Amino acid sequence: MNKQNSENLLEVNNIEVVYNDIIQVLRGVSFNVAKGGIVALLGTNGAGKTTTLRAISGLLKPENGFIKDGYVKFEGIDITNVLGTQVVKLGAVMVPEGRRVFKHLTVDENIRVGSITRKDGSQAIRKDQKLMYDHFPRLARIINRLAGYCSGGEQQMIAIARALMASPTMLMLDEPSLGLAPLLVKEIFENIEAINKEMDTTILVVEQNAKIALQMSDYAYIMESGKIVLEGPSKELRDNPDVKEFYMGVTQGGGRKSFKEVKSYKRRKRWM
Amino acid sequence: MMSYFFQLLVSGIVVGSIYALAALGFVLIYKSSKVLNLAHGQIIAAGAFITYALTGWVGIPIYLSFLLSMVITFFLAMSVEKIFLRRLIGEPIISIIMVTIGLMSILDGIIFLTPFGSVNFSFPQFLPQELISFGGVSISWTQLVGVIITAIMIGGFSWFFKKSTVGISMRAVSDDQFASMSVGISVPRVFGLAWATAGLSAAAAGGIIGNITGLNFETLQAFGITVFPIVILGGLDSILGAVVAGIIMGVIQQFASGYLDGNFGLNGTAEVLPYIILLIILLFKPHGLFGIHEIERV
Repeated sequence: MNKQNSENLLEVNNIEVVYNDIIQVLRGVSFNVAKGGIVALLGTNGAGKTTTLRAISGLLKPENGFIKDGYVKFEGIDITNVLGTQVVKLGAVMVPEGRRVFKHLTVDENIRVGSITRKDGSQAIRKDQKLMYDHFPRLARIINRLAGYCSGGEQQMIAIARALMASPTMLMLDEPSLGLAPLLVKEIFENIEAINKEMDTTILVVEQNAKIALQMSDYAYIMESGKIVLEGPSKELRDNPDVKEFYMGVTQGGGRKSFKEVKSYKRRKRWM
Repeated sequence: MMSYFFQLLVSGIVVGSIYALAALGFVLIYKSSKVLNLAHGQIIAAGAFITYALTGWVGIPIYLSFLLSMVITFFLAMSVEKIFLRRLIGEPIISIIMVTIGLMSILDGIIFLTPFGSVNFSFPQFLPQELISFGGVSISWTQLVGVIITAIMIGGFSWFFKKSTVGISMRAVSDDQFASMSVGISVPRVFGLAWATAGLSAAAAGGIIGNITGLNFETLQAFGITVFPIVILGGLDSILGAVVAGIIMGVIQQFASGYLDGNFGLNGTAEVLPYIILLIILLFKPHGLFGIHEIERV
């Protein structure tokens, strides 16, 4: 299925995820993430994007889910149904949906917690912590504030910095644009691109905001009802008429889609 | 008259600080896992008895057996968590609390099987017997050493939770379990550690109180029960709250028995007054004095 040519860091092969033993959420999802790239996973509500990320990061258990079939490999190591702690240690860290900062911890403490799995000594950790503040100068000004009192944008930065403190090879972001003002969304995505370039961190980003995600990623997959339905280099997907219409709300003519024609949505979205 | 006041105040602070140490363990468990450990009093008693058994029966010097008992109780509490509570992670909190009630009965039963259930023991005197007096207020060496150990332990724990990455990660787990897992914190390990440190501080509190009042199982149980109003008063998840509330409780009890008992036809007020004050404070501060309010951003 994969058409990316460089070496694959993450390999998700035909995974099926089941919650509470009966509710099947993913029905054979396969995709790859190339080393050093930015890959986007797009789709509407309930398509299974978050479940996919949780399956990779070993965080299905709190929701009573597990990977029933298929496998996930990270750097060639099988991480199917492996505990979350282990996945973080191997170098794949997720920034959860809705930021999920530790509200009652200060900004500095939040960032420090991210280094919990590291074994390379406090010197290296402190150096990385400083690096985070260089990266997010906004956070450097509020290190002693309780994270719960920070703004949405600041919280997203805290969550990203916290994940980066584990010095991951791959950073997974679950809807970083959620609930943020457009200007902030732009800033966050610029940060993500900078992290990708400067820290050489591979990025897998799950988004509903197809427009910005396709702008900054190299390759993208589109999910519907627990399956990958479309994939390709982001440049090509940006010009795909279906993607334009269904995910960016633009018709072939370039105008905005009217709600009157909403029926055509059902008719045309056959490929799912 | 004034020196009587100060005498009561000082002994109140002494008792209160030991309360604080006892309450600390309770707070540690609640803070990380939101579990009310109703068996905490039994763990305190176990710590006291183990200290005595080591020094009185095995013949290890008291200082060493005090430390050793802390280590043993550390592992004891850790295994209790591992055996009984680990598998309940994710279950409704009320079931877990029920399990701690069961644990309380089991520990009670085990203690009754040992000589400690029926016989009173007292620690051999190892500190100078004379009282230390300053300005009309006197304090025994046992009390003084107890307070110093308590202060060191509480200081140590506060440092641990504020400054060490493991300590901060324990607070993180109490804040948001899912997010903790996402950064790679092993939540079961944190729970185990919380129980273990709770056991350690409980053993210390037990050892100290055993030295001051002697080893009577009922006294130690009563001591364990007083921990509940203290943690509720302090706010269930605050170490500072446990310290302040512990001292408040100790001082109130001393004043009550010093001033009220025997006057106005009252008796045993030390047992009741703390609860009355607790009720009044909770009317105005339902989260306790230092409990965490949920942060909500709008």
